[in-house]
Amino acid sequence: MFSRLAAALTIVAAFIAPAMAADTIKVGAILAVTGPASFLGAPEARTLEMLVADINAKGGVGGKKIELIIKDSQASPEKAISFAKQLIEEEKVFAIIGPSTSGETMAIKNIAEESKTILLSCAAAEAIVNPVAKYVFKTPQKDSDAVIKIFQEMQKRKLSRVGVLSSNTGFGNAGKGQIEKLAPAYGIMILANEVYDKAATDLTAEVTKVKAANVQAIINWSIEPAQAIVIKNARQIGITAPIFQSHGFGNIQYVKAAGAAAEGVIFPAGRLLVADVLPMNHPQKAVLVKYTKDYESKYKDEASTFGGHAYDAFLILVKGIEKANSTDKEAVRTAIENLKDVVGTGGVFYFSPSDHNGLNVDAFEMLTVKNGKFVVLDQ
Amino acid sequence: MLELFFQYLVAGLTYGTIYAIVGIGFNIIYNTTGIINFAQGEFVMLGGMTAVTLYAFLPLPLAILGAVLITMAVGGLIEMVFIRWLVKPSVLRMIIITIGISILVREAALMLWGEGIRSLPYFTGNEISSLSFGGVRVSPQVLWSLGVCAIVVVLLNLFFKFTMLGREMRACAANRDAATLCGIPTRNMVTLSFVLSAGIGALAGCVVSPITQTQYAIGSGLAIKGFTVAILGGLGNSMAAVAAGFILGILESFSIWVMPTAYKDAISISLLLAMLFLRPSGLFGNREAFKLKDF
Amino acid sequence: MRTGRRLHIIILLAAVVAVQLLTLAAGKGFYLTQLTMTAYYSLIIVGLCLLMGYAGQISLGHAGFLAIGGYTSAVLTTMDLSAYKGSALAVALMKLSLLTGRQNLYGGQMLSLHPWAACVVAVLLTVIIAYAIGVPVLKLKGHYLAMATLGFGTIIYSVVLGTQKFGAADGISSVPAFPLLPGLTVSGAPGLRIQNYYIAWGLVACGMLLLLNLIDSRVGRALRSIHGAEDAANAMGVDTSAYKLSTFVLSAAFAAVAGVFLTHFNGGIGPSEASIMKSVRYVAIVAVGGMASLWGTLIMSAVLNFLSLRGYFGSFDDAVFGAILIFIMLFSPEGILQFDVKTMVKKLRVKRGGT
Repeated sequence: MFSRLAAALTIVAAFIAPAMAADTIKVGAILAVTGPASFLGAPEARTLEMLVADINAKGGVGGKKIELIIKDSQASPEKAISFAKQLIEEEKVFAIIGPSTSGETMAIKNIAEESKTILLSCAAAEAIVNPVAKYVFKTPQKDSDAVIKIFQEMQKRKLSRVGVLSSNTGFGNAGKGQIEKLAPAYGIMILANEVYDKAATDLTAEVTKVKAANVQAIINWSIEPAQAIVIKNARQIGITAPIFQSHGFGNIQYVKAAGAAAEGVIFPAGRLLVADVLPMNHPQKAVLVKYTKDYESKYKDEASTFGGHAYDAFLILVKGIEKANSTDKEAVRTAIENLKDVVGTGGVFYFSPSDHNGLNVDAFEMLTVKNGKFVVLDQ
Repeated sequence: MLELFFQYLVAGLTYGTIYAIVGIGFNIIYNTTGIINFAQGEFVMLGGMTAVTLYAFLPLPLAILGAVLITMAVGGLIEMVFIRWLVKPSVLRMIIITIGISILVREAALMLWGEGIRSLPYFTGNEISSLSFGGVRVSPQVLWSLGVCAIVVVLLNLFFKFTMLGREMRACAANRDAATLCGIPTRNMVTLSFVLSAGIGALAGCVVSPITQTQYAIGSGLAIKGFTVAILGGLGNSMAAVAAGFILGILESFSIWVMPTAYKDAISISLLLAMLFLRPSGLFGNREAFKLKDF
Repeated sequence: MRTGRRLHIIILLAAVVAVQLLTLAAGKGFYLTQLTMTAYYSLIIVGLCLLMGYAGQISLGHAGFLAIGGYTSAVLTTMDLSAYKGSALAVALMKLSLLTGRQNLYGGQMLSLHPWAACVVAVLLTVIIAYAIGVPVLKLKGHYLAMATLGFGTIIYSVVLGTQKFGAADGISSVPAFPLLPGLTVSGAPGLRIQNYYIAWGLVACGMLLLLNLIDSRVGRALRSIHGAEDAANAMGVDTSAYKLSTFVLSAAFAAVAGVFLTHFNGGIGPSEASIMKSVRYVAIVAVGGMASLWGTLIMSAVLNFLSLRGYFGSFDDAVFGAILIFIMLFSPEGILQFDVKTMVKKLRVKRGGT
């Protein structure tokens, strides 16, 4: 018994990692690379690795190279907490990019704030930046703006009776909340409001319930593969009403999965997905085209808006360091807070002390699917 | 109103057929070995993923056949490497080992195929085609799943009742030692049960792939549902597992009709548990046999 | 037997102190964070070991009890009761210092229940629910028992995930620190790291002492008789259902305490703590630790949970867990402490020979 305990202790002692050299900027990233949110975390991780390699090849930021430490949280909030503490206290990172999901971000929001570490989250929940925590920022667009875009389109088409379907994730929940909050202002009546499991394998009964409510349009708010199943089932049981998706639809693999059912789906999205057809003088065109090309040639996989959130987070961090011309956390934080006109993949960012997201409704473009491709919705 | 009832029923059958066909796999292995194989869900996943990969250069029927054969080989391999040489393992030990195996298979799938979702094309029609039966609409793929489920059940019944191999497997299930004394190669029977279960799981995975979409992680959720269904039907009875699968699917579907969908799982499980308390031998299990059975 | 047990506890405490000093010396004080979280997970796991190993009842929904404990204390300590300031009950509670005013992170003032009161309520609630579930469920056996506990675990998970009051998918965050005693606070603040480490492992040591005493008493022997042959035990006059129920409730209490403390340490809780995968993980760890070995279970829990929380194996975390499960179950089914190289070699030889 005693010898085994001693053995265990020796093993623990042996895990002592050597300290790393000092003249780099350590950036931590907590991403859900594998596990239930891997469709978010994997592209985000790849994007970060690509960007860091690029920038280091050019000499780094202010002469210092970036050292990227990615931790795979597998979308587990306990791991996110554990890794956040590890990154902050042990690795003494300068900033943390991520996490990928809202639940994890909320779990570490206070940790980052209390330890005065800059956190650039790739998760979408409004609660991340509202109430504003001085050190916490987020790069995905606001859910409320996405909902506004959808409602504006619906008003144009004179649709007022909707059925809402959302998944039981933080993203789905947040969207549902915004829809319910903003509906009265746009004259939208919600006749059906159902929440489904994120891992659902078939949703026929759920869409049947919505069909029975006799709605003029359906809004589906989710970010995982189930969103393709929803639209398939809806068309299969004969719903012909227009279907609106959230900006979580921004990955061509969902269009492929939904096949013919994806035709005509309308959703707000960052312009990444239609970078090719943007006019040459559009402020985001250059950034988007370069990112898409680089990502697709390096990883042989379609670029998605999810990876773009990590791109924006890193871009903002770098710009903040450059603007503050120092690696003092407080200085960089203030610099980020006052960044204006930063052209990213999600939109053009305008930060302020009261707005730690920096994007407004113009960050979105209304897209639709035609012949299996993303196209801009004809006005 | 009636139309709505039948639409919900169809939805319930869709869910149910997925659960039922996973439950059958549990039963076959349990019958021959007394093992609850938590890796059953992974066989379903492997079938779907392999078929999608093969479909890139083979026509659909061959891709499915290839996937089923490959998964059967994997099932047999798993049994031979991990289980064959255990001597009188306890039930819990086997459950833990199969849990470990399911984790490893899942991680291997992640390595091989990445985290993306894939699906086979619909056997007939496409993602939006549906057949109409008096106002009730159903995707043709659901009919395919029901059909495959039915055929599997019928073939299994014939196999176990009328073929020599089937009867030998049943002998193993009834009394392993006696079967050995009769000269039945029990170790091979165990391997065969794994192979058969894997094959059925793979076939299930192929036929429901267009409906559910296949991804490296879908195995564990299916395993839990399959486990639930197999036990509720009364372990060891494949027909009962099928019936229990449909009952669970229909319960879920109708609970969605009348209650907030967010609590669908809680409601259907509660109802099942209520049934279990009233009839602990399972819905169709034999009370006498249940008392004698050795867990 | 008694001195042996005491010696083991002393060895545990010595090891706990030694590890802390070691990390201090090596400048790796932050390992204590993961070690603290590990301690709380180990608390629920050893409680489960009592239930599974000694009473022989499998529970595939135990994470649910941790969740009930954690969520209850989280809800009660984050609920702002300022609106009820004037009511008679509120005034009475404030007099007893059970209801206290405090500041939340963003400078707002709020009135919430003192963590001690919340803790007591949380554990009581879990015990009551465990009792209510246990009465019908423990009448079942084997696979049916497993399935029923799985069912209840699913229900609890489904409820916390689907209810807005519990934060739905995002869970509850901003849970305040838990002032245990003057000078001792359960909190995740880096300055209190060492203190929290000792609180956590102190709790585990107390728990182990309780369980070891239980096992060596009449109760323990009764439990083992139930595990061995329930009908025989019944025939001998052992009130099997009462014993099974009390063990079930006790292990649920362990889980609740772990949940409360973990929630205050982490500053929050999410629905993932109630998931079936977590329950399965706990069962697996008990199995590889040795069903009837509290110490083996504690060691395996400490090792596996620590490695997982450190992210040592990165994305392969699950694969390593699965591999360890299989390895130990194949070669040392009685658990890690019974591992014997000679027996393993013998088994491999038999395998090659084959029958």
